Amino acid sequence: MHNLKPITALGGNKAQIETIGTVTISECPDVSLTSVTARLGAEKTTATAFKKVLGIGFPKPMLSETKDNVTAFWTGPNQCFVEAPYATHETLAASLATSLENKTSVTEQSDGWVRFDLDGTDCFSVLERSCAADTPTMPMNGVTRTIIEHLGCFVLRRSDHHFSIYGPRSSAGSLHHALVATARSVLAQK
Amino acid sequence: MIINHPILGPRDAQEFTYLGDASLLNRPDWQANDAADQFYNYQYLRDNPAGEHRELWFHEQGDRSWLVVTRNTVTHEISKVELASDVARKEGRSK
Repeated sequence: MHNLKPITALGGNKAQIETIGTVTISECPDVSLTSVTARLGAEKTTATAFKKVLGIGFPKPMLSETKDNVTAFWTGPNQCFVEAPYATHETLAASLATSLENKTSVTEQSDGWVRFDLDGTDCFSVLERSCAADTPTMPMNGVTRTIIEHLGCFVLRRSDHHFSIYGPRSSAGSLHHALVATARSVLAQK
Repeated sequence: MIINHPILGPRDAQEFTYLGDASLLNRPDWQANDAADQFYNYQYLRDNPAGEHRELWFHEQGDRSWLVVTRNTVTHEISKVELASDVARKEGRSK
């Protein structure tokens, strides 16, 4: 019998969490991620079915919708990602595909992405040096896709000083290094 | 250069990649009698205006939508930005 141990995107046994100055940068492996895309001509029926199944509206451009521990965020025209805790929603993609009656394109995304959370009053100093997104003016449920360290990333605002960054999992190390190096250079002197 | 995305608002041009003349939207009918000639024109022959030019841009590091940008090639002034899907629909395709 194999005794396999799950590892995180950064290769550890548990999530890597670092506090630099006032900002905590944490790896968040406990995420189940699924993309939902309306097919051509079925945009309205998809939005209706989506609301019925998840209890939240199909997210509007650059925004997210949250109910309990499920969040849907806009990724493109008629397209969004749904995220939920992995422990309780391991089969999110399969169950969404079934409940949306296979009329919507649903794709498992969990292992394609890595999530890092930035939490702390100085997180804007880190973000404004990392990407072109205007993070201080984003609404509390704002989402945008932009470039961080040459990587296409989603930046989500959760609350005042709490942001999540989704980047490509295969470049998790580079993305983490970029965030930590930026935080150190900005906040270490404080 | 800033491109005023119809959905997302002003975005930096570094988030986009450039494809070329917007006439690439009008792929010829492959079953036409002179399909070979039409595809030759479509593939290789382009106008190269000094002035207003309609061109295709891809928002690769954003929402991945294709845009038709009207740009002055002399001044780089952008006068109009549309979603390529809207342009195609207006021409009666991709309903």
